[in-house]
Amino acid sequence: MSIIAITEKESAKHNAVQVDEIELEIGDLSGIEMTAFDFAWQQAVRSTLLEAAKRTISQIPGEGLCMECDALFPMQQLYEPCPVCGNHFISIQKGKELRVKSLVIN
Amino acid sequence: MCATCGCDANASSSIRQIGEAHDHHHDHDHSHGHSHSKTIIEVEKDVLYENNLLAQRNRGYFDAKNILALNLVSSPGSGKTSLLERTLTDLKDQFTCYVIEGDQQTSRDADRIHATGTKVAQINTGKGCHLDAHMILHALQGMKPAEDSILFIENVGNLVCPAMFDLGEKERVVIISVTEGDDKPIKYPDMFHTSTVCVINKTDLLPYVPFSMEKVKEYARQVNPNLQFIEVSCTSGEGLQDWYQWLKEKVMLPQSV
Repeated sequence: MSIIAITEKESAKHNAVQVDEIELEIGDLSGIEMTAFDFAWQQAVRSTLLEAAKRTISQIPGEGLCMECDALFPMQQLYEPCPVCGNHFISIQKGKELRVKSLVIN
Repeated sequence: MCATCGCDANASSSIRQIGEAHDHHHDHDHSHGHSHSKTIIEVEKDVLYENNLLAQRNRGYFDAKNILALNLVSSPGSGKTSLLERTLTDLKDQFTCYVIEGDQQTSRDADRIHATGTKVAQINTGKGCHLDAHMILHALQGMKPAEDSILFIENVGNLVCPAMFDLGEKERVVIISVTEGDDKPIKYPDMFHTSTVCVINKTDLLPYVPFSMEKVKEYARQVNPNLQFIEVSCTSGEGLQDWYQWLKEKVMLPQSV
């Protein structure tokens, strides 16, 4: 799992042996199903330096920009049209994030 | 572990160059140092950063050698391998083609491709549900595709996870067959959102199934207004010329610098 690999790499740079906290940013349009993610997380972090880490997730709501009328609007689904003009040419501004934001190491 | 569905992507993937006796297993080692004070590290790193980096590396390789790399994605059974079999046989004299096959188990698909006389590598992802850029990198090392060729990458049959993994391809081709529902594009929007062309296969079965060509296109355009459509039947051969025309146009396209 890439999150563990990133954590291990960053921790190694700082000679850390344990991670106390990890902060993740996950966008609502990133394709991550949170219940599946939670389930996978419990299994994945076993015997890694994330095993005892407190996990904080910042969920980022989707935001679309209509390429036709420039309206900025909240987006729940990829197939949603622009609520102002009904167009489907939409540029996703926020919600695709899937990032490791920060770590607190010991 | 796959972050999308929690399946174990790294467990036991293997790559075989079909026609050669060689298995490639890959392990990762990580070492840890020691210290004892609390520090906050601002990582700000994309979880798929490693994959995206390797995908760009693959893309550079393809660009330098003028290889048209296509990532074929679909649900299982929509006819990716059949489309490839037909394409490789029909275009044999016009293009040099290579195929990377992705499946959880067996080399059945690669054997079918091998039978057309095309050089093929089989990646078995074990329990993994998608191909990633790292697997492609290693498959390429064994394959050594020639310049000015076409590389077809047949992804694992799955409309979910492969959408998230850039392999370094030039175009992503999503295949849907008329025996699936015409509402697939909005049920699995990510895949249609990230693809550039949609091949609608098994059109010879249209009289027997409640599948609306207008509806599927309408749904797909809601997710991706730029999506192109090509209707084919690998059984009757109908529409395949349109698909070949699309391929030829992509091959002829001047390289972007």
